[in-house]
Amino acid sequence: MLIRRWPAIALALILCAGYAHAQVTFPYNGVYDQREGHYAFTGATVHVSPEQTVENATLTIRNGKVVSVVSGGAVNAGAVEVKLNGKHVYPSFIEVYGDYGMPEVKEGRRGRGTPPQLESNTDGAYAWNQAMRPETDAAALFTIDAKAAKPLREAGFGTVSTHHPDGISRGSAAVVTLGESSDNEVLIKRDAAHHLSFDKGSSGQAYPNSRMGEIALLRQTYLDAEWYAGQNGEETNLSLEAWTDRQDLPQIFAVDNWQDALRADQVGDEFGKQYIIRGGGDEYQRLQPLKASGATFILPLKFPDTYDVSDPFAADLISIGQLRHWERAPGNVAAVAGAGIPFVLTADGLDKPTDLHDAMRKAVRAGADAKDVFAGLTTAPARLLGIEKLVGTLESGKLANFIVTDKDPFTDKATIYQNWVQGKAFELKPLQSVDLSSAYDITVGSAKYAASITGAPGSQKMTVSPAGDTTRTDVSFTESGGVVTFRFRPGKEGGYYRINATPDGDGYVGTGRDPDGNIVTFTATPASTKSTEDAKKEEKDKEEDRPEYRGRLTYPNIAYGLSEMPRAGRVLFRNATVWTNEDDGILENTDVLIEDGKISRVGKELSDRGAEVIDATGMHLTSGIIDEHSHIALSDVNEGTESSTAEVRMADVVDAVDENIYRQLAGGVTTSQLLHGSANPIGGQSAIIKLRWGATPQEMMFAGADPFIKFALGENVKQSNWGDANRIRYPQTRMGVEQIFENYFSRAAEYGRALKAGENVRRDLELETLLEILNDERFITCHSYQQGEINMLMELAERHGFRVNTFTHILEGYKVADKMAEHGAAGSTFSDWWAYKFEVNEAIPYNGALMHEQGVLTGFNSDDAEMARRLNQEAAKAVLFGGVSEEEAWKFVTLNPARMLHIDDRVGSVRAGKDADLVLWNENPLSIYARAERTYVDGKEYFNREENEARRDELLAERNALIQASLDDKKSGAKTQSPKGNSRRLLHCDSVNH
Amino acid sequence: MIYRIEYPLTLLLVILLGTCVRAQNPTPAARQSTPFAVTGVTVHVGDGTVLEGATLLIRDGKIAEVGSGVQVPSGYESIDGSGKHVYPGLIALNSQLGLTEIGAVRATNDQREVGTFNPNARALIAFNTDSQVIPTVRSRGVLLAQATPEGSLVSGRSSILQLDAWNFEDAAVLADDGVHVNWPNRNSYNWQTGDLKPNENYDEQVRELESFLQQAGSYCGRSEEDGGNRLLKLEAFCEAIAGNANAYLHADEARNIQAGVLLMKRMGARPVVVGGGQAHLITDFLKREGVPVILSSTQALPNSQDDAIDQPYRNPALLAEAGVEFAISHEGYWQQRNLPFVAGQAVGFGLPYEKAVEAITLAPARIVGIDADYGSVTRGKSATFVIVDGDLLDMRTSVVEKAYIDGRDVNLDNKQAELYRKFKEKYRRLTR
Repeated sequence: MLIRRWPAIALALILCAGYAHAQVTFPYNGVYDQREGHYAFTGATVHVSPEQTVENATLTIRNGKVVSVVSGGAVNAGAVEVKLNGKHVYPSFIEVYGDYGMPEVKEGRRGRGTPPQLESNTDGAYAWNQAMRPETDAAALFTIDAKAAKPLREAGFGTVSTHHPDGISRGSAAVVTLGESSDNEVLIKRDAAHHLSFDKGSSGQAYPNSRMGEIALLRQTYLDAEWYAGQNGEETNLSLEAWTDRQDLPQIFAVDNWQDALRADQVGDEFGKQYIIRGGGDEYQRLQPLKASGATFILPLKFPDTYDVSDPFAADLISIGQLRHWERAPGNVAAVAGAGIPFVLTADGLDKPTDLHDAMRKAVRAGADAKDVFAGLTTAPARLLGIEKLVGTLESGKLANFIVTDKDPFTDKATIYQNWVQGKAFELKPLQSVDLSSAYDITVGSAKYAASITGAPGSQKMTVSPAGDTTRTDVSFTESGGVVTFRFRPGKEGGYYRINATPDGDGYVGTGRDPDGNIVTFTATPASTKSTEDAKKEEKDKEEDRPEYRGRLTYPNIAYGLSEMPRAGRVLFRNATVWTNEDDGILENTDVLIEDGKISRVGKELSDRGAEVIDATGMHLTSGIIDEHSHIALSDVNEGTESSTAEVRMADVVDAVDENIYRQLAGGVTTSQLLHGSANPIGGQSAIIKLRWGATPQEMMFAGADPFIKFALGENVKQSNWGDANRIRYPQTRMGVEQIFENYFSRAAEYGRALKAGENVRRDLELETLLEILNDERFITCHSYQQGEINMLMELAERHGFRVNTFTHILEGYKVADKMAEHGAAGSTFSDWWAYKFEVNEAIPYNGALMHEQGVLTGFNSDDAEMARRLNQEAAKAVLFGGVSEEEAWKFVTLNPARMLHIDDRVGSVRAGKDADLVLWNENPLSIYARAERTYVDGKEYFNREENEARRDELLAERNALIQASLDDKKSGAKTQSPKGNSRRLLHCDSVNH
Repeated sequence: MIYRIEYPLTLLLVILLGTCVRAQNPTPAARQSTPFAVTGVTVHVGDGTVLEGATLLIRDGKIAEVGSGVQVPSGYESIDGSGKHVYPGLIALNSQLGLTEIGAVRATNDQREVGTFNPNARALIAFNTDSQVIPTVRSRGVLLAQATPEGSLVSGRSSILQLDAWNFEDAAVLADDGVHVNWPNRNSYNWQTGDLKPNENYDEQVRELESFLQQAGSYCGRSEEDGGNRLLKLEAFCEAIAGNANAYLHADEARNIQAGVLLMKRMGARPVVVGGGQAHLITDFLKREGVPVILSSTQALPNSQDDAIDQPYRNPALLAEAGVEFAISHEGYWQQRNLPFVAGQAVGFGLPYEKAVEAITLAPARIVGIDADYGSVTRGKSATFVIVDGDLLDMRTSVVEKAYIDGRDVNLDNKQAELYRKFKEKYRRLTR
C-alpha cells in the first residue's frame, strides 16, 4: 500500500483534510465520497483508561469509533497507518460543566435608580419567576462555535456537556463533541443533566435578590411541580412541566463555596434529590460535612494567582484567609480525594481552557493522584452524565475521541500534537517536528563546540560554546523534511558558519561553509553528559515535591480561626462576683462549677478535684449576652422584594465564616437572633444561633428554639428613603402596611381552613409560615418605631387571635408601654439611637427605663456588628437614663432577651442546670472599662483574652511566612495579581442587594 | 388619636401639656453676673493633672483661681462640689452637629456640597444653633464642637462653636479654623460584594489635588497688581497655605497619611491628620513631622479581618505611648453625646485616664488652636467646664449636673428629657 510508505510528516495534512461524514437523512450533492476514516495508530503507548495502558499499541479507528487497541497489533487492511512511536494516546477529556456553543447570557441585574421589575419578562406560558428556566433545552440552543472549540481542543477536550448558564433552574444540558462537521453529528446526547444554581442570570425580576430568596424559590418550585402534577386544569405552566420532566436527570448544582454547597445539598435533601455539586474549590476547608452530604463534586482547577505583595501597605488588603487559600487551593483535589469524596474535574473558571495543563500538574504536585486527575476528566464525568458507553475511554465501540501527546500530561509538561474528535483529526502541533537531544558535541572543520538544547520540540533553542569555554552563542536552526540547517557566529565579530545536515544515527552529519566561505564537514554526536537543563529540571521537580504548608488550616479558615474545636471541661470559677439574674441577685465571693456544658453548681467555697480552677477574685461572672437583633453571620439580610417574604429562612444563609462571630465573643455575646432585614412588612424567618466559632452553620443553630419571624413597619417597608425609583412596590404608606398584614393573615386563615377541609391545596410556604403564627407555633419580632404603628399591629394581632411577641427597635415604645404590657409584647430597643430618620425623631434614651417601669419585658439589642461587642455598655445606659438598677439593667442584654426568645430555660442566667454560656469580666460588666476576659458557650471556652494575644502573634508570623512565600513565587516567575481584598459587608436592617 | 404628625410639633405639645413644658430648645444662658465658687471638687485639669479637694473661683466668665488651698472670697456664690468631679467642657472635633438634624431627611442635611473642590464652603454658615440635637449632646458634657463639612476631595472649612448660642455668630469660637481635605482612597470598595480593589483613579485624583494646591499657592502669592479674577476656591486655601489655619487631612491608611502630610508640608500648610486608623504604624514619621492626629471613633470595627480584634480600642494608647499628639473624636452628630465614652473605651484598653480626658479637652483645643482660652481648667482660661457626680467617661456614673460655657450656667434640659417627663406624667395619671 502506497500510502503506508508516505513519510509520516505528510500524513498530518491528510488527516486534517478529514472526510465528510454520512448524515443518513441528509441528501448528498455530488459524487458520493463518504470515507470511513479508517486509521491504525501504531507504536504509541495507549492509555485506554486510567486503569488500562497498552504499550506499543495499535489503535484502530473506523467510522469515528474505536475498533480496537491491541499491543503490537497488525495494521488492518485498508487502514492508514499513523506511526506514533514514543508518543502517548489518551482518551480526550470531557468537560462536564461547559457552556460551549450556547448563546450569551445577558446581564440581568437592574441598576439602582431604576424601578423594580415585579413580574417576569419571559413571554409565554412559563414560570412566574424569570429566574426559573427549566424549559431551557441546551440541545435546541446548541450550534457549533469553531472559535470556542479550538482552545478547548487545545486543552485536550473532545466532549462537552454544555448548558445555558442562565437562571436558578437552567434547564437541561446537551452533550456535544468538539468536532466541527455538523450540529447533527456533534450533538451526541440531549438532556444529559438538569442544571441549577444560586444565580438569577439574566432575570431582571426583583424576586429573589438574596440567597435565602433563591433557596425559598427552589423549595416552592418543587412543591408547585408536585401540585401541578395533581391539579385539574387550573393552570398550564410549561416551566413546571419541564421541571418535572428533568427530575430524573443528574441534577448539577453550581455553587461558589463550601457553605453554598451545604445549602444546596440541604434543599436537595428536603426533596429527595442528591445534587452533584459544582464546587468553589475551597472544599478542603470543610471536608467532613461535605462528605456527609453524599454529593459528587465537580471541582474547579482555577487556583488563585500569586498575590503581588511587594508593597507592604498594599499587601495589607489581603487577608490571611486569602493567602492561605492561595497556598492550599492546588491541594484541594488531593484533599477531596483523600477524604473519599467522589469528584470529577472541570476547566470551568480557568482564564483560558489551556490553563488546564498547568493546573492539572499543580494539583498532582500538591498531592493528587495523577490517575484520579485522569479519571476526573474522562471516565468519572462520563459516568456522571450517563455517557460512559460513548466516551471516556478508548475501549472498542466508543467514539474515537483521543489526544496524542509526547508525555504524561498529568505529571509532565506535555505537548498535545493532535486531538481527534469522532475520528477526525485536529492537528495542534506538527507531530514530526525535529526533536534534538539536549546536548551535542559538535565538530565543524577542525573546531569543536559543545551544543546545548532547551525547550520543547517545535520550539527548541540551541546554543554552542567553544570546547572548554563557557561563552554561549545562539544557533539558529530550521528543519524541513528531515534536513536541518544551522547557522551561528562563533565570535562576537567575524562571520557565520552555515551548515546543512541530515540525521545519522542519534546525531547529524553534514557539510557547510565556515565564516571564510570554505567548505567544512560537520558532525554532531549526542553528548553523554546530562545537560544542565535536565539537572536543573530534576532539581526543580524535587523542590516542587509538595512543600509543607506555611499557612495553617483553621475553622473557619480566616484570621482567628480555630485549629481544633474547644472542649467542654469541668471548670470551677472561684471567688467571683456572680450576676445570677435570679432571685439571689448579685453574689459576692461566689464559686460556679460547670461541667458537660452545663452549670452544675453555684455556691460558696465549692470544691471539685477534677476541675480546672480559675481564680476569679475581683472579677465578675455573668451569663452570656444575648443579642435579640443581629445581622452578623449572614450571607444576606433582606429579600424584601415583595411585601411578604415569609417563606425565606435566615437559617438557610447563616455564614459561619464571619469574623464578627469571634469579635462578639470577645464582647461577651454568646447567643444571637439573626433577623431578616426590614425592607418589607413581612420579612423572613429568624435564625437563633449560639456563637460556636469554628462550627458549621448547621452546628451553630440553637437547637430546639421556637421559630421566629421578622416583621417590619414604618419608613423602611414604605421604602421612604430608597429614592424616587422605588415608588411602585406596595405598600408606600402606613395605611398600606396595615392592609398588607390584614390581607396576609386573612389569606393564611383561609389557607388553614382549606387544609383542614382536606382540599387539594397547593402547599404554599409563605402562607404556611403565617398560619404558624396564627396557630401560636411561630413568633414575631417586629421592627417598629412610632406609636401609631405599634398600636396598629397589636390591635390587628388581637383581631386575628395572636400576640406580637417582640417589638424590636421600638423607639417610641415609651409612649405605649402600658398597651404593650397589656398585650404582652416585649420591647427590644436601642439604648440611645435617634435622629437618623424622621420616624426616630422622638426617640429617647429613657425608652428602656420607661418600658421596663411599665412592666414591658425590655431589652437592648445591637443591629450593628460593632455595637454588639459593647452591649454591656449599652445596658449601662439604662442606669444613666432613667435610673434602672444595675441588676435589672444587666438583664436587658441577658435574661430579658432570653425570655423574648423563649430560651430562658436554657440560657440567660447563672443557675444550676442551665447551659454554661458564661462570661468572665475583669470588672463590673456595666462599666466602660469592663473587658470580657473569657467567654464560654456550652461550657467550651471560645474566647480567652490572653490566648487571643498569642493567636494574634501567631497570625502575624504566619502572615509573614505566606507573604515571603508569595514573594519567592513572584521571583520565580509566577503569574501575579495585584492585591484585592474583601471587606465584609456589614449588614443592617436596611441592607438590600440590587 | 389626637397625635397627628403633620402638625407642628411645637403647637402640639403646647396644646397637650400647657406651658409647663417647653417644646423648643432652652434659652441660651445669660452672661455670668455673679462670681461663684465650686468647692471640694476633684478637678481633672485636662493637661493630665488632677487636683483633689480643689476650689474653683469663677468671675467674668473666667477661671479666676483653681487649686486646693483657694479660699472663697466674699461676694461669691458657693456650690458645694464635695465628692464631685470637674472636667473641662468636652470638645467634639470632626462632627456634623448642627449641620444635620435628621439623617434621612434631605432637607435637614447641610454637610455635603456638590463638586470636587469645595474649600470655600463654610460649615459656620450652615450651623443651626436651634438644632434639637445640640442640647442632648451638651447635656453629656460636650460644650464645644467643630462643625465639619464632609465629602468630595476638599469638603470645605470647619469652625469651632460653643453649644449654647442664639445664632452662629455668637456661637463661633474660632471661625474657619481649617480646610478639610479627603485624601483619595487607594482602594475602591464595592458595597454590594464587599470587594476591595485598587482605585484605578487614585494617581489621577492625587495629581488633581496636588495641582489644585499648587494653583492655590500661586494664586495666594500674587499681588493685586498681578490682576486676574477673584477665584473663591483658590482663595479659600490661602489661610491654610499661609499656615494660619489648619489643613485637615482625612486619611486612615499609613501610606495616605504620609503622602498627604508631605504634600501639605510642601505647600507650606500645617497638616492635622483626621481618622488616623493606621497612625499607630507610623508614629516616628508623625513625631518627626510634628503632625497631630484626630483619631476617629475608638468604637469601631477593625479595618481588616486580620487586624487585632480590638485595634481601634487600642489606637489611642499606642499613640500616647509613642508620644504622638492626638485627640479622640466620634462620628456624626447625635452620636457626639457618647464622646466621653469613646474616650473611656480607650482607658479600658490601656490609655491612662487623664490622658483620655486630655484627648477630648486640651488636646483638641491645642490642635485647633483655642487652647489659650479653652480645653483645661486653668486659671485665666474661660470658665467652660462641667461638674459630674461620678466618672464622666463611664456611663455607669456619668451624671452631668452642671455645665458652664464662659461662666454661663448652661441649661441641660433637652427635648428628650422633656419627652421623658411628658410620658412619666402619662403613666403617673394612669396609675392615679
